[in-house]
Amino acid sequence: MSAPVAAGADPLVRIARLDKVYPTRDAGEVHALSAIDLDIARGSFVTIVGPSGCGKSTLLKILAGILRRTSGTSEIAGRDLDGPSRTLGVVFQAPVLLPWRTVLENVLVPAEVQGLDREKSRARAHELLEMVGLSGFGDKYPRELSGGMQQRVGICRALIHEPAFLLMDEPFGALDAMTRESMNLELLRIWQEKRTTVMLVTHSIPEAVFLADRVVVMTPRPGRIAEILDVDLPRPRRLAMFNTPEFGAYVSAIRRHFQTEGALD
Amino acid sequence: MADLARSDAPPAAAEKPARPAAPAKSWKDSRLLSPALLIVFLLVWEGLVRVLEVPAIVLPPPSAVLVALWDGFASGLFLYHLGVTLAEILAGFVIGAAIGMVLGVAIGQSAFLERLFYPYVIAFQTIPKVAIAPIIVIWAGYGLSSKIIITAAIAFFPVLANTIVGLRSAPRDQIDMLKACTATHWQVFRMVRLPHALPFIFVGLDVAIVLSVIGAIVGEFVGARSGLGYLILQMNFSFDMAGVFAILIVLSLIGIGLHALMTLLQRRVLFWAETHESGIPAS
Repeated sequence: MSAPVAAGADPLVRIARLDKVYPTRDAGEVHALSAIDLDIARGSFVTIVGPSGCGKSTLLKILAGILRRTSGTSEIAGRDLDGPSRTLGVVFQAPVLLPWRTVLENVLVPAEVQGLDREKSRARAHELLEMVGLSGFGDKYPRELSGGMQQRVGICRALIHEPAFLLMDEPFGALDAMTRESMNLELLRIWQEKRTTVMLVTHSIPEAVFLADRVVVMTPRPGRIAEILDVDLPRPRRLAMFNTPEFGAYVSAIRRHFQTEGALD
Repeated sequence: MADLARSDAPPAAAEKPARPAAPAKSWKDSRLLSPALLIVFLLVWEGLVRVLEVPAIVLPPPSAVLVALWDGFASGLFLYHLGVTLAEILAGFVIGAAIGMVLGVAIGQSAFLERLFYPYVIAFQTIPKVAIAPIIVIWAGYGLSSKIIITAAIAFFPVLANTIVGLRSAPRDQIDMLKACTATHWQVFRMVRLPHALPFIFVGLDVAIVLSVIGAIVGEFVGARSGLGYLILQMNFSFDMAGVFAILIVLSLIGIGLHALMTLLQRRVLFWAETHESGIPAS
């Protein structure tokens, strides 16, 4: 396992010696995460890639405060990250919209939970919806939207309270390939506009390379970091880059980990 | 950006199926079929009673029942007793449903309360309410209150059981989503658990309102001085079978009316739900 590359002088997120152990029914243990060390620089885009069972979603859920870590530390901007935090926004695999709320009301859920100013939040929600091309859809219900549109609403919801750190758990996994590519481009545009720090979990190696400043490669049993790769491709990224030799080199460098482990996804 | 927005337009606009040409209507599609069946049934009944000369105290002809129904309302007799019974049904239903919901929310919130209370709830449910009706009449008297208690005792269980199941039906990922944005226990309950429980609660309410009619009538059978159940007994004693049948029609109309009201309310509240056929039926 390679040591994590230093992520600048003042990383936003610091994860050190993080472990997650699940007890099993027969009094055994499953090591979901083992000694995770990761620093995430302010404003950077980090992707975590690995096959199913490598613990990438577990790591995200621990950072999101949905799961408890077993040991180790995780902190954001110097504060311990144990439990849900207002400094985070989370985008889930499914859009997870509430069907009885309109699109606008769905975007406003975190603002409502956190008791933020109503008028300001509404104005911001309209801005966000406009940014993802959904202005005019605020009064629709989720079932009236396509999968891609619903996931964009999920992204708006994750950004409504202006989080410093955006966590994304395979956000485009359920979308078709074409929509997925356009969502990737759009996500990069949002990220460049908002300068939010992003950690995105995916099992698609090309997607991980395309989006990231740094790719964290994870392998299963136990879930650990196999390599951290700095991606030195120019920004803004364009779909044509998928076909460049540089891009291909990154992809095959990552793929090698899974081929040797016999766990190609 | 504009391109992207267009690339996944709302499915409703994109996939609206062309309306197929209306097929030739078979007589089986007619809305009048079901009412026609009733009319045929009534005519056969009327005919058989007349031809076979069945005595009216055994089976009255539909025409006699209709006359009894008309007379009952014209004289004001039915209206008075209908008012009494309806008051018992509604008061018992509201009290029973309220107890069922409050208890259901309490039990649905806490595994501890469930372990503590639920065995007794089940035990109470296994007692036939008809069997305890005489005791309740002795305790609460011949007036409205004993009927309301019996009705509430019958109405509360379906609401309780469906509330408990409903509160557990909220999907994990929606609860996680709310927790991740720092929602409190109460916010999770209000914003996700309760809305998800509503379709179940409505199934419970619908069952409960129909059971409430039974509850009120049973209570009146056991001991009452007014109400449609009391009137049925009176007419039975005087062999007024047409009158009894007329009251049965009134009771069934009450049931249908209350059920329809509940369905209307349900559609209003649950506009977002696709189906609500998932509740626990009456026990």
